[in-house]
Amino acid sequence: MSLQSLRVAALQGDEAVAEAVRQSDVDVVAAYPITPQTIIVEKLAEYVANGKLRGEFIPVESEHSAMSACVGASVTGARVFTATSSQGLAYMHEMLYNVSGMRLPIVMAVANRALSAPLVLNADHSDMMGSRDCGWIQLYAENVEEIYDRTIQLFKLSEDPRVMLPAALNFEGFILSHDKERVRLLEDEPIRRFLQRPRPKHHLDPDEPLTFGAIATPDTYYEFRMQQTEAMKAALRVFDEVEMEFESFSGRRYGAVDAYNTDKADVVMVINGSAAGTMRAAARELNTAGENVGVLAVKLYRPFPLEQVVSHLAQAKAVITMDRSISPGAPSGPVSEDVKSAMQLAGLSMPVLSVVYGIGGRDLAIEDGKNIFGLAKEGSSFGSSTLMYGVKV
Amino acid sequence: MYEQIKGLKELPVEEPLSPGHRLCPGCGASIVVRQVLLAAPKDTIVAEATGCLEVSTALYPYSAWNRPWIHSAFENAAAVASGIESGFKALARRGDAKEHPIIVFGGDGGTYDIGLQALSGAIERGHRFLYVCYDNEAYMNTGIQRSGGTPLGAWTTTTQVGSARAGKREAKKDLMSIVVAHNVPYAATASISHWRDLMTKVRKALSKEGPTFLHVMAPCTRGWRFDSEKTIRMSRLAVETRFFPLYEVDDGVYKITFPVTSPKPVEEYLKLQGRYSHLFQPQNAAELETIKKGVDDNYRRLERLSQFTSQLNVPKTP
Repeated sequence: MSLQSLRVAALQGDEAVAEAVRQSDVDVVAAYPITPQTIIVEKLAEYVANGKLRGEFIPVESEHSAMSACVGASVTGARVFTATSSQGLAYMHEMLYNVSGMRLPIVMAVANRALSAPLVLNADHSDMMGSRDCGWIQLYAENVEEIYDRTIQLFKLSEDPRVMLPAALNFEGFILSHDKERVRLLEDEPIRRFLQRPRPKHHLDPDEPLTFGAIATPDTYYEFRMQQTEAMKAALRVFDEVEMEFESFSGRRYGAVDAYNTDKADVVMVINGSAAGTMRAAARELNTAGENVGVLAVKLYRPFPLEQVVSHLAQAKAVITMDRSISPGAPSGPVSEDVKSAMQLAGLSMPVLSVVYGIGGRDLAIEDGKNIFGLAKEGSSFGSSTLMYGVKV
Repeated sequence: MYEQIKGLKELPVEEPLSPGHRLCPGCGASIVVRQVLLAAPKDTIVAEATGCLEVSTALYPYSAWNRPWIHSAFENAAAVASGIESGFKALARRGDAKEHPIIVFGGDGGTYDIGLQALSGAIERGHRFLYVCYDNEAYMNTGIQRSGGTPLGAWTTTTQVGSARAGKREAKKDLMSIVVAHNVPYAATASISHWRDLMTKVRKALSKEGPTFLHVMAPCTRGWRFDSEKTIRMSRLAVETRFFPLYEVDDGVYKITFPVTSPKPVEEYLKLQGRYSHLFQPQNAAELETIKKGVDDNYRRLERLSQFTSQLNVPKTP
């Protein structure tokens, strides 16, 4: 396979998003600044000012209007992008449902950050998990190059006529948004070919006036939601095609899940986001010392790759689930709930240790990973309530 | 440039809003839409805020709209319009579409209150669209609750008339001044009783490069408590009593477009509406006087603004 020549750059996560958006030839960007997403907005405004991005940049007065302007732009048939974080995502919550309900293929970067109060600038997943059921495709990236690649991929996935759903790319604020990493940038041309512009079939057109955003009744509403659910299922299949095509010119493929040593491990840890890499490092060290553990990173969170997840758990004697968000009063975090329900559907009944970690940006180091695997080995924590790892008592 | 409308015969026969929609008989809003869109080019795109007009014209699987139409949410119609404008601009640049006139319809709730921020943001950014506020002076869609556009003294289901209070205690928000403070190239009030004035204002607004605003009185038979055949009469009385003066602010210059030299008594307008009936009880006489004084003050304010701004060499909006 002859790969395109690569430019290697040191980019922050936010910068990688902006570069991918520029190369994806986006028509309209509407965004509002919020830490730690702001670099994306600044960078895109710079591209527009320099003529490197020919699209329109709308510096809106709020996140609610950011997503609303995206709605208006998307119904014209334009390619649309926005970015936000934390309070901003919460502020546009209403509009997230509006977008998926109208089946608008908007792509959004979410630099994950914990929610106020108290106000904190650092990462956890509670912003996106708070909007988990909004009908958007949700993906969690692990490093800056993946952020770059996934941004491009999500336009393709989202705009596929079989899908037509909005997509959110999640990556932890500061940990990834501001972290400078090595990125092998792709050329503009193959990306342009990959993202050929299909103006969606349904758009605002005076020659064929359509009504968008009608009112439904109990007689019709359910079916609209059902169609969204079906589109999510289709997205799971289309995701593989998108990855395959992307691989053909980039040489890079991630999968809906990333499995390390899951086929023979006694204990498999399921996790999403940047901490997956740290946990893999912890697992490797443990395995070198004679343990037998594995890590399953769930990258695609919605649609949830249920079959793939359970296939990687089938061999394990125990499972650890890792949640970077808290659902107060719930049996465990959302990742844990999903994994447990997938296991139940697959008839898997090994014990599960539900762990919450990294809340409000608290660090999770390799040593922490080893500790958590250790707790699972002892078995004493199974069956009890969710373990709030790393909290000061 | 724009064309003045001289007579009815110039208007297209085609109906932008089809008959058969579910708005009430005598609804002011549907007449607003009809007059506005008949004055606008046929390739106009319509965006709308949640409200009576929206729920009554687009009940799936039906639609009364013979225009490309979008409703997204209550508070965001102006933001949606800014996206539509930008989308077409970007597509036009690549040769994938043409740009089209954009008209937004929002009620008083969606404009004075919940949508004010989105409106302010969009007009400050200078997007080219005409925002039409059809003002029926309360949240009629949810059952007549007070809004920032409800006038002083009016009964609504959240400004009840009782022994301790009698209707709304606060004055109607001066929305026009708020919009004008954004230095938009054109803002005007209009009434469906003065259709030629209204349509000319629509054309004038659409001829401007930037954001423009039209504040139209839209009488509501249910909320104002009057018989459905009196909608146009109600609109006319609002103008002729100076309760709702017709004026425009064209690049900063105020002009009363329908001067009312000898106004009818305000009572003539108020008496026809059940929402004001308590004002004619003796204990509310002072309230009635306050309302009348407010009407008078406002008209004189507009006269002075017209005099003042016509003498100014007002810089054109960039």
